Amino acid sequence: MRLLYIELYKLGHSTISKLLIFGYFLLILSISILSTIKVEFGPINFYLAEQGIFNFPYIWHFNTFIIALLKLFFAVVIVAMIGNEYSNRTLKQNLIDGLSKGEFLRSKLYAILAFVITSTLLVFLISLILGGIYSDYNEWSIVFSDLEYLLAYAIKLFCFFTFCLMLSILIKRAAFALGFLAFWQFFEGINFGLLNWKLETYFPTVTVNQVFQFYPLNAMSNLIKEPFSRLSAIQNIANEIGDGFSKDYNVTLLSIVIALSWSALFILISYQLLKRRDL
Amino acid sequence: MTTTPHNSMQKTLLELFDLSKSYGSIKAVNGLSISLKKGNVYGLLGPNGSGKSTTLGMVLNVVNPTSGRFQWYSGTLTTHQALKKIGAIIERPNFYPYMTAYQNMVLICKIKECGTNGIEEKLKLVGLWERRDSKFSAFSLGMKQRLAIAAALVNNPELLILDEPTNGLDPEGIHQIRKLILSIAKMGTTILLASHLLDEVEKVCSHVIVLKNGVKYYEGPVDQITVAHGFFEIKCTQIEAAIRFLESLSEIGEVQNEHDLIRIFSKDALDPESLSKKLAKAKIYPTHFVWKKPTLEDQFLTLTQS
Repeated sequence: MRLLYIELYKLGHSTISKLLIFGYFLLILSISILSTIKVEFGPINFYLAEQGIFNFPYIWHFNTFIIALLKLFFAVVIVAMIGNEYSNRTLKQNLIDGLSKGEFLRSKLYAILAFVITSTLLVFLISLILGGIYSDYNEWSIVFSDLEYLLAYAIKLFCFFTFCLMLSILIKRAAFALGFLAFWQFFEGINFGLLNWKLETYFPTVTVNQVFQFYPLNAMSNLIKEPFSRLSAIQNIANEIGDGFSKDYNVTLLSIVIALSWSALFILISYQLLKRRDL
Repeated sequence: MTTTPHNSMQKTLLELFDLSKSYGSIKAVNGLSISLKKGNVYGLLGPNGSGKSTTLGMVLNVVNPTSGRFQWYSGTLTTHQALKKIGAIIERPNFYPYMTAYQNMVLICKIKECGTNGIEEKLKLVGLWERRDSKFSAFSLGMKQRLAIAAALVNNPELLILDEPTNGLDPEGIHQIRKLILSIAKMGTTILLASHLLDEVEKVCSHVIVLKNGVKYYEGPVDQITVAHGFFEIKCTQIEAAIRFLESLSEIGEVQNEHDLIRIFSKDALDPESLSKKLAKAKIYPTHFVWKKPTLEDQFLTLTQS
């Protein structure tokens, strides 16, 4: 608790961090604004909330997917909180004042964990309230089914944030770390393209997704698959066109294991970097 | 100046055993062994780039030694536990710029796991209590350095490590910091002061450690370094007899005669009392008797230039 307190104290006295954290949670709340989207244009009467996106248990899937997109916003906070320790040389001062390198890393991890838990709780509450208002089904057994999406959400965030943590410790500068993150996304995309193109030639028995699911960013996005094609409206359209498709939307154990393994690796690398480097 | 006699009962705070640090092919610190005892005020002397800051960096957990080891409190505490009980400032004061002086001090108390009671006293000591609610980024360098000293003292440390505390300050700032260090030394705090400014060290230190190119050249009490190489000047009526007598003494190394002023260089440490007694026995009564101690600067230059 002392370590968490230290980290929150550092963040709490920085106006920019406060603003970003506040903004992040505000954005999560703003998803409820989605419910008020109502387009009335002549004969077309579109009311998003009534398209079924807030139906239990689909809402768990939809909300966790949409709100997880906001994680990038919070990544800035994490990258900045490490970058500042380097640029202000306060990391050095913290160590001199008697914080061990392990404690330093743990204080950051606890803060990340605290934010992941807060964020997950917030998503849970918002979904519960929105679902309560708009859902067509309100039986408890339906309301509380598919809750594994919340677990997947928490893991997805934690894995992503530990990735940011490692990058910022590795690169030391906030802006470059974010740049590298964007580059990495790009890198995975290019790899996916290459795999699509060449993999079959060399390993005919392996499918692209079998390999690609192990890439860190893709592993995170695999935790919660896109929910849009699951919407009944879209499924209906697909069926009408005669191109009905089925897809596994569940949170798979394998994707959780992969994501958690990456997290562990990121934390380990972060620690080794801290330990080995001279300041 | 607090000169405590060498005493085996003194608690050892820090010991270095054959500690080395290389940056590539450059040996910044080379096989350094020293031990710091409680109650002494140590000066760590050496020209720029002699390995002072690297040495301090290693014992302060921010630089990894290449070989050798060190231990705090005879190995009873881990490094980071020991660092909570001491205070250290390194070349530049590092604080969170967006926090006020007071907020920064509270954070340090949290890290050091000490109460926040000392904050007011220490900020008053360095004359920053009135400015406690100003952001660190708004401070001048002198104020930042004083805040760093207050922060290093907030846990009433058993050892205070200061690395070039007056670097980059204006004369006014230098004077303030020196006064502070002197008053802290008088309170009985053990201090390790790294500096290349010799008068700074000479004024406050009881012991010196001289480093050059990462190698230890000298370690010992500050007065011994000067006594060992002091000389006497005397004048008397019977110059010839005096010179003959002095040259016959075993502890005398060299006797020079310069315009009837006799300069006596001793081989071993020779104190003025025993010399004048010897002279009196030989019925030589000096009309002029001066014991000249070279300054630490002279000694330092001879040590590091050889």
